[in-house]
Amino acid sequence: MADEPLVLGIETSCDETGVGIVRGTTLLADAVASSVDTHARFGGVVPEIASRAHLESMVPTIERALKDAGISARDLDGIAVTAGPGLAGALLVGVSAAKAYAYALNKPLYGVNHLASHICVDQLEHGPLPEPTMALLVSGGHSSLLLAPDITNDVRPLGATIDDAAGEAFDKIARVLDLGFPGGPVIDRLAREGDPKAIAFPRGLSGSRDPAYDFSFSGLKTSVARWIEAKRAAGEDVPVRDVAASFQEAVVDVLTRKAVRACRDEGVDHLMIGGGVAANSRLRALAQERCDKAGIRLRVPRPGLCTDNGAMVAALGAEMVARNRPVSDLGLSADSSLPVTETHVPGAHSHGHDHVHEISKDNLYS
Amino acid sequence: MDTATPAVTVALHDGSSVVAETGQVDARRHGELLLPAVDRILAEAGTKLDAVTGVVVGVGPGPYTGLRVGLVTAATFGSALSVPVHGLCTLDALAYAAGLDGLEGPFAVATDARRKEVYWARYEDYRTRDGDPCVDRPAEVADRLAGLPVAGAGALLYPEAFPDARGPEHVSAGALASLAAERLAAGAGLLPPQPLYLRRPDAQVPKNYKVVTPK
Ligand SMILES: [Zn+2]
Repeated sequence: MADEPLVLGIETSCDETGVGIVRGTTLLADAVASSVDTHARFGGVVPEIASRAHLESMVPTIERALKDAGISARDLDGIAVTAGPGLAGALLVGVSAAKAYAYALNKPLYGVNHLASHICVDQLEHGPLPEPTMALLVSGGHSSLLLAPDITNDVRPLGATIDDAAGEAFDKIARVLDLGFPGGPVIDRLAREGDPKAIAFPRGLSGSRDPAYDFSFSGLKTSVARWIEAKRAAGEDVPVRDVAASFQEAVVDVLTRKAVRACRDEGVDHLMIGGGVAANSRLRALAQERCDKAGIRLRVPRPGLCTDNGAMVAALGAEMVARNRPVSDLGLSADSSLPVTETHVPGAHSHGHDHVHEISKDNLYS
Repeated sequence: MDTATPAVTVALHDGSSVVAETGQVDARRHGELLLPAVDRILAEAGTKLDAVTGVVVGVGPGPYTGLRVGLVTAATFGSALSVPVHGLCTLDALAYAAGLDGLEGPFAVATDARRKEVYWARYEDYRTRDGDPCVDRPAEVADRLAGLPVAGAGALLYPEAFPDARGPEHVSAGALASLAAERLAAGAGLLPPQPLYLRRPDAQVPKNYKVVTPK
């Protein structure tokens, strides 16, 4: 075990300052400082507030992670950081810190993709990822179906939302119902006491001619809002629990149906679900039910690893080290729209895998 | 190092003088340029980062995104190397550089705050600031400075407001390090390495929920 790579990962793409430390596929520390409460009164993440909070929390969170893991920074085999996608100013704080840390400690640097990290984090919970893995990533920022033959360098997008992310829809419906921000946890809680069949809300992009793997939640959101307004206009009480349950059912029905279909079509017998919405209890239950029926093995990390954190970045970084992927260089920049196909951002002077170690050491750190 | 203005500037100081210095002006690439610049001056000086016994960083005021690059880099160096990290007002370093160029007090310095405003401060002499740094419209600043010479890009950008605008245009890390070394040697304290934003974050509370049912 001791020869598995020991990697520190930094994540600052949105409102969580996350620093995780892993050894191979073993989680050693997962320190997170969140600015979510500061954003709550704005009803969404305010980029400048997030960036300011990242600057304040960055070094204390790194130091806390090292302490929690009980390791010395000198023993690290690499520093990984989310290079994108995400909020530009927020990403920049983490990327700058990671570069400074890697440089000061003379360690290899890996700028990695946030979405690939969300998939890779499951290694910390359920062991090495099967290859290929089908992944459904759902959060406030993304809703995608991805096929990952090799998490370090081959991730293929099969489908994504064409309008709102699933988590965004939860936030918006929570706002319509005056439930506060973020909307996911409170809707999940209320829905448990409601009837998911009470109201038949529409399932977006589910027609036979619609794209098989894309999602749309904008029409659903409008339909739910309209239904609530009609009740209010008629002077009737809004059955909040039934609305929450029926709305949530519409979202998770489409997500799981399409994910299972993608597995079948591609002949993949594993499905992983990640991202903040993967913490939703109904999504987990329905996915389990449908995967069991289809003979697919479902892997969902525990809720704390589904939301944004540094451990997921460290997990992917450790895989990069283990597979000898090219390192990033000191000119690494944050890329707010880094495509999911770019699992990592190798340096300009890397020429494939064979000479990576010698070349990068000369270029970066000597 | 200082990244509070369009200049990304890094210097190495040995306690008595500047050993190496570099500066590039690019308002949009602070994140990409800073570490390679650090690497370059250390190589030029024939030394390594772990020989450094302290870090001084410009704390602004300055446009935030770039400003944070220097601050988080300095803080991370401090943590990784277990060395102290000090902050110094970027305008003080610019005033110090103006003084070394021969500008005598009283004078003022101004940097570009964008949105048609400048960050500025008034100086008795090149080591002594008079009051806190502010952010204001050039015309308002001009009224309060009554024709004093003003150094920096913020002055050069608005010649109508600042007819006696001077160089240096940008801050240099050499001046920043020299001033810090001077203050530390005199036993004077420096600032904590925390940003001078001078403005609240732009954050709009979303308007009340919009009705979607057609009327
Ligand atoms: Zn995420």
